[in-house]
Amino acid sequence: MAEVDETRRRMIFRTLQGVTLTAVGGAFWAGFVHENAQAELVLRPPGALPEDEFLATCIRCGLCVNDCPYDTLKLGAYGDNVPVGTPFFEPRKVPCYLCEDIPCAAACPTGALDLLSLTDEEGELDVSKSRMGVAVVDYNNCIASRGLRCDACVRACPYIGDAIFVDTRRNPRTGKHAMLVPVVDADYCTGCGLCEHACVTEEPTIIVLPREVALGKAGEHYDLPSPDFTPEVPENEI
Amino acid sequence: MRSKLRFVYAHYRFLILRRALQLGILLLFFGANAWGWNLLAGDLSSSRILGKVPLADPLAVLQLLLAGGVLAGEVLVGALLVLIAYALIGRAFCAWVCPVNLITDLAEWTRKLLGFREPPLMYLNRKLRYVVLAMVLVLSLALSLPVFEFVSPISAAARGVAFGMGMGWALLLAIFLFDLFVVRHGYCGHICPLGAFYSLISRFRRVRVRHVKDNCTLCGLCFNACPEPHVLSLVGKHDGTVNIPECTNCFRCVEVCDDDALFVSLSGGWSK
Ligand code: SF4
Ligand code: SF4
Ligand code: SF4
Ligand code: SF4
Repeated sequence: MAEVDETRRRMIFRTLQGVTLTAVGGAFWAGFVHENAQAELVLRPPGALPEDEFLATCIRCGLCVNDCPYDTLKLGAYGDNVPVGTPFFEPRKVPCYLCEDIPCAAACPTGALDLLSLTDEEGELDVSKSRMGVAVVDYNNCIASRGLRCDACVRACPYIGDAIFVDTRRNPRTGKHAMLVPVVDADYCTGCGLCEHACVTEEPTIIVLPREVALGKAGEHYDLPSPDFTPEVPENEI
Repeated sequence: MRSKLRFVYAHYRFLILRRALQLGILLLFFGANAWGWNLLAGDLSSSRILGKVPLADPLAVLQLLLAGGVLAGEVLVGALLVLIAYALIGRAFCAWVCPVNLITDLAEWTRKLLGFREPPLMYLNRKLRYVVLAMVLVLSLALSLPVFEFVSPISAAARGVAFGMGMGWALLLAIFLFDLFVVRHGYCGHICPLGAFYSLISRFRRVRVRHVKDNCTLCGLCFNACPEPHVLSLVGKHDGTVNIPECTNCFRCVEVCDDDALFVSLSGGWSK
């Protein structure tokens, strides 16, 4: 009888050992994966699904990276602070040049880059529908906002006049000069980063951030007119 | 010279082919990214042959599906093709394709070179890999993320060669050292969930190692060469095929056997 109890006690103990090890191992594993998936400042290629869906869809094959003709895209490696193996780009290094045939999204075998979201009503590809991020200006350091003549970012934008435009303001310091301040309209900005790439300051003073990071939300209960930033500047002031 | 060639052929023909295939695949992945080659582009998670035929890692696809990913048909077809292939040829991925096998075999080779016979630093059960596989599936479902893809040394190696290694080398070095000093055949023989997955689907494989008992001299060379020696339990006992699923079909046992007791058998099935 005592024999049997001893075997049983042993078995229960072994089982508990196994379960504990599995649980502890699983917790560390889950912790690492969770942490690695949280990298917030990652810019995805055109047509990428929302980040949580993207991470559950992208198989990390790099076919998008292979087919990008400008070497814009990279696959995250350990140490890149990007969910490991997923495609991303850093516009200050190489921006997205918004290829009309969108080869990156066309190459994706999983649908993590959703070509349909980049197709207009006529069924034509329309890369201007990509929303990789949104450009944000650091007005404290942007030299145009400090009164110098610069419109590098505005001129670099393929959607000049829609996604970014120059807001002409009176320079209060001199009282007689104009300031040509770049303003971004998030409704049109694709997040390609051509502006960030072109910015002349030492560190870019216009940078692309993921839309979830940079944009807020007013809430459903506001009944707002559609945003219209385009300043109405009298002709003679330009 | 002739006899030397014959010796190499007799003892290393499969090993040479395996290394050529393993390295060739990595070279094609690298060339696809660096020079725009088209023969095989992508990495071991998913790839395309000649820009047309899709291939995909079925375990990666399974994780994504459990994570709730709505996958496009192409990658599902790719996973199915690979699944069918390995169902027919067994766990050959491990011996013929996987880049980690290069590392763990190097650790084993180093062990033999240095004459390590020390007992393992810790005890691991060879069934542990099935627990790890179960954890992969459960955690992928729970976290809505493909959890093995975040830590897989297999992806890290193949992706690293093609797209840049980053700190991934540390993971690979850790596996080398683990296999060298901690547990013999540690990673591939005890832990890897992908090896476990391919073992599970290899039950009805058509390619097996066949043993002829009467030729066997019980020299033990096959046991020494095999990364999963428990699958050779029939050797010296009875005729038949190696049916235990963890066999990687590397055919090292066949080429090291000097007594015509082990063969590659294409008929498969549960022959006597
Ligand atoms: S649109 Fe063109 S430049 Fe931009 S990421 Fe895709 S392939 Fe590269
Ligand atoms: S092609 Fe698609 S699945 Fe492959 S890495 Fe790019 S986004 Fe991910
Ligand atoms: S067990 Fe895993 S790491 Fe080892 S060869 Fe097989 S798939 Fe590769
Ligand atoms: S039984 Fe032979 S073919 Fe199978 S893993 Fe062992 S050495 Fe390789």
